[in-house]
Amino acid sequence: MITQWFFTHVDRRGAIVIALLVALACLVPLSNLLLPPTSALHVPTYLVSLIGKYLTYALLAVALDLVWGFCGILSLGHGAFFALGGYAMGMYLMRQIGPRGVYADPVLPDFMVFLNWKELPWFWHGFNHFWFAALMVVLVPGILAFGFGWLAFRSRVTGVYLSIITQALTYALLLAFFRNDMGFGGNNGLTDFKDILGFNIQADSTRSMLFAATALFLALAVFVTSFIVRSKLGKVLVGVRDAESRMRFLGYRVDRYKLFVWTVSAMMAGIAGALYVPQVGIINPSEFEPANSIEAVIWVAVGGRGTIIGPILGAVLVNFGKTYFTAAFPEIWLFALGALFILVTLFLPKGILGLYGTWETKRKDRIARKRSEPGSPATERATPIAEPQAAE
Amino acid sequence: MQLIRLLAVFLVLSGVFAPGMEAGAETVDDATLRPLIQALAAENFDETTKAVSGLAKTGDARVSAILNALTAGDLYIVKADKAVFIGKRDGSDYAATDPLTGAKLAPVPRNAAEKIKVNNRLRRDIAAAIGGLTLMSDNPAERRSAAETILKTRDPESIALLDQAIAAEKDSGIKAVMQQAKAAAVLNSTAPDDAKIAAIAEVTAGNSRDALGLLTPLQGSDGPVGDAAHSAIDSINGKLALWNGIQNIVYGLSLGSVLLLAAIGLAITFGVMGVINMAHGEMVMIGAYTTFVVQQIIRASAPGLFDYSLLIALPAAFIVSGAVGVVIERGIIRFLYGRPLETLLATWGISLVLQQAIRSWFGASNVQVGNPSWMAGSFDLGLLTLTWSRLWIIVFALSVFAVLQLVLKKTMLGLRMRAVTQNRRMASAMGIRTPWVDALTFGLGSGIAGIAGVALSQIDNVSPNLGQGYIIDSFVVVVFGGVGNLWGTLVGAMSLGIANKFLEPFAGAVLGKILVLVLIILFIQKRPRGLFALKGRAIEA
Repeated sequence: MITQWFFTHVDRRGAIVIALLVALACLVPLSNLLLPPTSALHVPTYLVSLIGKYLTYALLAVALDLVWGFCGILSLGHGAFFALGGYAMGMYLMRQIGPRGVYADPVLPDFMVFLNWKELPWFWHGFNHFWFAALMVVLVPGILAFGFGWLAFRSRVTGVYLSIITQALTYALLLAFFRNDMGFGGNNGLTDFKDILGFNIQADSTRSMLFAATALFLALAVFVTSFIVRSKLGKVLVGVRDAESRMRFLGYRVDRYKLFVWTVSAMMAGIAGALYVPQVGIINPSEFEPANSIEAVIWVAVGGRGTIIGPILGAVLVNFGKTYFTAAFPEIWLFALGALFILVTLFLPKGILGLYGTWETKRKDRIARKRSEPGSPATERATPIAEPQAAE
Repeated sequence: MQLIRLLAVFLVLSGVFAPGMEAGAETVDDATLRPLIQALAAENFDETTKAVSGLAKTGDARVSAILNALTAGDLYIVKADKAVFIGKRDGSDYAATDPLTGAKLAPVPRNAAEKIKVNNRLRRDIAAAIGGLTLMSDNPAERRSAAETILKTRDPESIALLDQAIAAEKDSGIKAVMQQAKAAAVLNSTAPDDAKIAAIAEVTAGNSRDALGLLTPLQGSDGPVGDAAHSAIDSINGKLALWNGIQNIVYGLSLGSVLLLAAIGLAITFGVMGVINMAHGEMVMIGAYTTFVVQQIIRASAPGLFDYSLLIALPAAFIVSGAVGVVIERGIIRFLYGRPLETLLATWGISLVLQQAIRSWFGASNVQVGNPSWMAGSFDLGLLTLTWSRLWIIVFALSVFAVLQLVLKKTMLGLRMRAVTQNRRMASAMGIRTPWVDALTFGLGSGIAGIAGVALSQIDNVSPNLGQGYIIDSFVVVVFGGVGNLWGTLVGAMSLGIANKFLEPFAGAVLGKILVLVLIILFIQKRPRGLFALKGRAIEA
């Protein structure tokens, strides 16, 4: 019964990906921890962390896909929600250091001692509890997104205007977090973490568990996104994406639909950030760079927006390319990334998965025509549930 | 030529005989001066101080040279006979000259001489003494700096000297400084109250910032002097606040001009074509690098033209950036019309490629772009000190704006552009080749960005990242001002610049900027299409 419920909300492709992610979450830690390093199937720890990082990016991409691919809101500021979630987690990890810091202050993090602060700022209270930090990971981006979206969507700021003010938002946060007086470590950010929930953050087992958590959260995000998109609400969202005014004239409160997915998406981005920080070991204001947010958009575009699975593919592929290129040919990476932006928008407007989708449709069409059964149900099913259209 | 040589000889001669002939400066016979000079070499600083003031009191013209040598550490004594001489190091000896007559003495070996030591308090006294002495100098610049020194040291002993100097002074500017200095000295002395009150009035009329420093210590004192100081401070503070406001406005206008220059090209491409050109900042950067290349060529082949390098760079930058713009439009953007969000991504890709191209070509570090001489330096306006570059950038931005308005209003291209902005399909139906207009518009917008790059190369670091710093600001300006209206961009840029400068003193530069961004985000909620939106009946613009 549960499986039936599950399959009504996720299409076949989504189910495969979720199964794959759950399998990864189980197998990779097992292989890393149990198999000897000499074994061919052993996954070294650095690779576990690297792939874990990619998966957090993928989670961010899925969040972005939810708003851009299904609702037509192109956010150039999702990196801000990602970074805020990261900071919330970073603050928890900072408080866990306790007296083991360089200055050995039992309460104050090192940078505060360094700045000669006497007591903890009010917004740092509570972050010594994991549950509180975890709550903030979703609440802070969620509340910011809700406030921002409530203002923006109600006054019908759309299209490029919305993109630009989201960019201004992350830029303003970038400037703010660079300030030492903000109390978030300024330029250097938060780093030098020791442990999470009592486990040493450097240990192989902790890293494997973080990886598993990331994979599971990504699977959950895929499920939640599928759930939203395949619900009635999802149909309204696609309607908003393709013809906002018409939906409004039909009587839908467009702003509320938008606000809902926007906030959900920001929370997902926050979770991605929170999973990113312990695996990377640092969070600093450069995460707010507008360029980062735009890069996240290209992951979605490469994979195929409006496909849920595509962004995961895009995020992993692009970041793998980045890791490879920046190590092997650092000169070429920006050329490659720039060319990727241009080529994808010119020749692959639906991304890799979209390309596969059209190809698949054509193939099935051909088969259908051969059987001379026009309009067979096979054709219908092969079409992606929501093909992204050009906005406006 | 002959005449010049004659004049030169005359000048040299007059210089040689100057000590004896100098008008105003007194001459005291050597017998009085010798013992005083000898006293400079005293064992403790107090006695040296006394000797310094004694020398200064003589008012002899030669004294200032001796005192200068003393502060510079060039005054020595011979250990054996304690004779004072001015020494210059010359191998293992000192080339010695007599401090009074300037006659050459026999060189003194370095181990036989001892430097007369000076400490900071003594240096200050000497500076005051020299200030008093050079008040009567023939050189106006020296007199002015002497008066300014006294204004700083406020030495009551120089009052008499100042009175003399004021009586003899013909240059009204220097006289004013001297009077200020005298008033400052009077305030610092034990003069009677009415003299001090007069001095307060005098000080108040002058430079307000210095006056505040002079009057603040008096504010606490009782009696009429304290009251006068109090009211004077109030009036000065009022004046300063006014000038502070003016300064904020001027600085804001100059920041606004920078924003205007960066944003105006964007306003055209965005307004006419609805194209979000994220590579706009890179067009600015290309303009700045064009300036660099032009200057390199001029430095190599025609150094005399360097002052005109910016004028040469302007058309060059326009053409280079404009050409790059047309290529981008024809090569990429025209396939993306009607898909603004995709255009945004593609142009972001272009910007990355351009940045990396410049980085590979010119290197990642800043390149040195020189300022022509007419951009350097500054001038005073009331209590403001403005640099010429700040003023020029305002003038330049406004003229670019004016020219652009002319192009849009008075030329055929402008007419077509406006037609396409207002109603693309109708314009097309009337026979305007809209793709062609698009290409030219994009070229024009990019070319203007290139020109902005020439201007920004004068005030900012020219590096491959130059454009990135401006792109968000320019977008904010355009969105704030309203799309499709250049006046909106002008008003938007200037008001953002001024708002920034007014917020800075309260909140600091960074926080001020953040506040402005937040205000813009809130403003967009109220007027989603900017300050001056194009009126239309379409549901989706």
